[in-house]
Amino acid sequence: MNQAATLEHPAVERAESPLTPESWGKLGMWIFLAGDAVGFGVLLASYGALRAGSADWPNPAHYLGISLTAFMTFLLICSSVTMVKALEALRREELGRAQMFLGLTILGGALFLGMQAYEWTHNIHRGLLVFGNPWGATLFGTSFYVITGFHGLHVTGGVIYLSTILALLARLKSFERRYMITEIGGLYWHFVDLVWIMVFTFMYLL
Amino acid sequence: MTATEANTHDHHGPSYMAIFWWLAVLTVLELIVIYTPMSKVAIGILLIALASSKATLVAMYFMHLKFETRTLGYIALTPAVIGALLVFVLLPDLRGSAHKTADEKKVETAAEP
Repeated sequence: MNQAATLEHPAVERAESPLTPESWGKLGMWIFLAGDAVGFGVLLASYGALRAGSADWPNPAHYLGISLTAFMTFLLICSSVTMVKALEALRREELGRAQMFLGLTILGGALFLGMQAYEWTHNIHRGLLVFGNPWGATLFGTSFYVITGFHGLHVTGGVIYLSTILALLARLKSFERRYMITEIGGLYWHFVDLVWIMVFTFMYLL
Repeated sequence: MTATEANTHDHHGPSYMAIFWWLAVLTVLELIVIYTPMSKVAIGILLIALASSKATLVAMYFMHLKFETRTLGYIALTPAVIGALLVFVLLPDLRGSAHKTADEKKVETAAEP
């Protein structure tokens, strides 16, 4: 039995979840995201504690590229829109349109990663390192790379995840299954966008 | 649920493009706020309020939380509650006392009469 057939097999979901009657997968994704959000919450709260306790914490808005990261924020928001548009197209059973929007979402994620790589390279050349910061507290560099890196890993995972969904869309025969896997993947992608909104505020603007 | 059935579940609310424009406007407002001559506390409060509004819009409309069961909403809200507790736990560290290294403490102790 190939993978597409396995996904469409009725035995995949024997019972309905009372919280998400469409799929258990959706409930599973929400629980995973809640746990992941706690991880990001811990990192941002720790960042706040470190910053408050440091006498020479630099003002991030003065040293980090706000215009580039503002554009990256805008890019992720755009990719969230193309993600919901892909889902909307699947709801109307327009496969080609859904694939196009999902492809654009993946492109948005890849561009975001490219810009983050550029930003990191630029900051490393200016002397901001995991264990070094020319503008003050060393932990500024550490927290910057740990938090933006952790988010970047999530974006990387999201790009791979959405690419897998894009490949599956063509193989699956049922619009019902296509809709379900895209909706669950979309939840993850919007979460990545939501987390970046908080990271952008705490790490770059405040 | 078929895709056609999903179609009948069309969400009644603002369109996705309307949410996009709200998010774009809120992002521009964030950039305006950091260059506005105000106290640091006021800027901080405004920025956190704007970021929370953006996060809420994404969760409610893009993640469809507004149209899900209330219990799923509680699951989604759990990290926010844990986050608030975490900030409360860290309050003693957030009061602005600068960290000192062991060497700095030794120097301070030695300097004391």
